[in-house]
Amino acid sequence: MSPWVIKGIRTGIKTSAYPRNAETAAGVTPGLPVSSQMDTGAARALVDICPTQVFTIINGRVNVDVDRCIHCYRCVRGVEQPARWDSTYEWGVESNQKKNLLPAFRKSINICVVDAGDCGSCLNEVRQLSSPYYNIHRLGFFITPTPRHADVLLVVGPGTDHMSLALQKIYNAIPTPKRVVAAGVCALSGGVFAESFTCSEGVTDILPVDVEVPGNPPPPLAILHGLLVAAGRKPPVDLQPGSSQANATGE
Amino acid sequence: MELGLKEQVKERWAGHAKCRYDDRSDLCEITCARASLAELCGWLFIDKDFNFANLIVEEMPAAWRLRYIFYGGAGSGWVHVLASALCSEETFPSIVKFVHAADWHEREAEDMFGLTFEGHPRLGDFILHDDAWQENVDPMRHHFDPQMAIRYRKPAADWRPRRIVQESGAFVMPVGPKYSGVTESVHFLLETVGEDVIRFMPRLFYKWRAIEKIAEGKPADEVLLLAERFAATTAFAHGLAFCQAVETACAADIPPRAAGLRVFLAELERLRQHAGAIQEICESTALAVAASEAGIFEEDLLRISGELTGHRYLFGMLAPGGLLLDLPDNDCRQALNKSQAVLKQLDNLETELRVSSSFLDRLEEVGYVQQQVAAAYGLLGPVARASAVAHDLRREQPYSGYSQFRFEVPSEQEGDGYARLRVLFSECRQSVHIMEQTVAAMPGGGVLESFKPREGAALGWVEAPRGAAFHWVRLDERGFVTRYHVAPPSFANWHGFHVAVENFAFQDFPIMLATFDLSVAENDR
Ligand code: SF4
Repeated sequence: MSPWVIKGIRTGIKTSAYPRNAETAAGVTPGLPVSSQMDTGAARALVDICPTQVFTIINGRVNVDVDRCIHCYRCVRGVEQPARWDSTYEWGVESNQKKNLLPAFRKSINICVVDAGDCGSCLNEVRQLSSPYYNIHRLGFFITPTPRHADVLLVVGPGTDHMSLALQKIYNAIPTPKRVVAAGVCALSGGVFAESFTCSEGVTDILPVDVEVPGNPPPPLAILHGLLVAAGRKPPVDLQPGSSQANATGE
Repeated sequence: MELGLKEQVKERWAGHAKCRYDDRSDLCEITCARASLAELCGWLFIDKDFNFANLIVEEMPAAWRLRYIFYGGAGSGWVHVLASALCSEETFPSIVKFVHAADWHEREAEDMFGLTFEGHPRLGDFILHDDAWQENVDPMRHHFDPQMAIRYRKPAADWRPRRIVQESGAFVMPVGPKYSGVTESVHFLLETVGEDVIRFMPRLFYKWRAIEKIAEGKPADEVLLLAERFAATTAFAHGLAFCQAVETACAADIPPRAAGLRVFLAELERLRQHAGAIQEICESTALAVAASEAGIFEEDLLRISGELTGHRYLFGMLAPGGLLLDLPDNDCRQALNKSQAVLKQLDNLETELRVSSSFLDRLEEVGYVQQQVAAAYGLLGPVARASAVAHDLRREQPYSGYSQFRFEVPSEQEGDGYARLRVLFSECRQSVHIMEQTVAAMPGGGVLESFKPREGAALGWVEAPRGAAFHWVRLDERGFVTRYHVAPPSFANWHGFHVAVENFAFQDFPIMLATFDLSVAENDR
């Protein structure tokens, strides 16, 4: 037997228990801030320190707009009373543009990944999805280079001006039914780059997005959750202010 | 500083250039007349063996100021060549016929400021794509407002890909910007007559986010967010270069513990990034088990980073003046132990790859870059070191206390894909070796020192995982950024990449791309 085959067998199974069960390993997610009750002074401090206006105070409650959080941790490391922070990773949210998605596919889907100006980390986390730890092939997810074969368009990056034409052409080339997953805060709100003469405020300005995944970058499990939502195999979560919080358990 | 450089300048360039030497920062500033600019830069680059780092254009109230930054090997410092012209004059001599490494820097300056570099062989269609933007848009000029409507541009319909080779039967194969599985957006023009690529031209800046423009007018700690996030696979390195520039400009000292932890994290990032690069090389040769193995190591290191700092790409650690978060010694030791375990497996992987002939066949003598060519293009990082250009800023211009650590700068002679892979593996070992030393001698105390912002400008530099990165920052008296310029390593390496590709077969192209470990995000800024 080839030494590589033996090596492969020796390595054993590394694959995550998710989505059947929760993933418990350390370091798989950077987590997200969550809305909480706080006294006014501490809440003000959070509003003041956050560079991307994630926090708002509504009726004495600190509300969080996760679509803008760029993981600078200043609301945790730069204040006396840190913001509440949850180490969840199920972050796939139904887009406001398209509520109540009906399932469009069954079983296997092909994913076309497009970089609309990302910093490299979102794309790197998408790359990890094919590594043994996440191995999305076991779930019937395949990455395809061509939009013609794709069911789902996975977009990362803020949607740079130079990429917007290519992005629209790729979207149009995908046969219907199709779903668009926007991963990463840059894709959702432009992140630190928007709005300027080179960047729109996220690809949501350019394409009809179905599923949104926040995070800067969203970890592989969060992107995976977003794909599962797009495939109709997991319910979307609600990370928006005021409503009940999502938790990261199994199906 | 090389002995007597100041005297040599005085003697050789009497009447053409004035020299000012600053002992503290080991910096020699040469103010030079425009007429002798090219020859003087050529003299530094060719005769005196200085490396070209960066070209910084600044639009001062009444004049243009161009600053060509050079640096020497170990023991010799920095040389800034300054040239200026009235705002109404927009022409400078091109230095590229002597300093080929400055080629893309001049193209950038032409595109961003509307300056003309006389004698440059090819200006235009670079950052601003000609098929997307009208002429005479100079985004980095002060009068250009970055907040203005996005769709300000008027596309010209008649853009066509360039053809260089006029041989009969030659055709241009356009690839990208979306071209494969999970890849960054970039466009390639591959000119071919069949089997071999005879001419290669990358068309970059599809991902241009103009961070240098949007940084202007923002406080330094907000610009740090951009520095970390424009190329986040090496976020810590770029954040560090930016912080060091701000700290130098404000003459701020950082606590010794912060310096130690910065080195620890920078090496952890290098180890992780190199594991990722090794993964891509294995994948490009379709060696599935090795690619999976390396993928496991990369994810292991991402998890180690995430567990240690909260973030898998080390965001939110840096602050001008130190670090935002102190890491307990014990956590560092645990991260080190885990990294050592990963390194051991990486070593095993290397041993097995070295005897896999089908793998070696695809890397050896592929994507060859000669030493002289690597030096002329100013290639950086592992790519240059694999072609026997063994520069490393950690050794030659130490920062953050690197001078107290013992480590080697691995280099190879062959300049092919396999040499680049070997350099990556060797550097992984050196990184862990440095991490061990930092943990063993971690100073106590705090990690953040506040300082008073002041007016000034400075260069910050690091040896990022992909090579030397130079960040130039000018601050006003409130500590707000008025000019920010980044020369990332991928900018230099994309410039030279065509040398590796040309006259090689099409099917080797993905392998050569992987062995160069190029980041588009870093280049496109
Ligand atoms: S991590 Fe940074 S961006 Fe996110 S909520 Fe906290 S302060 Fe705002």
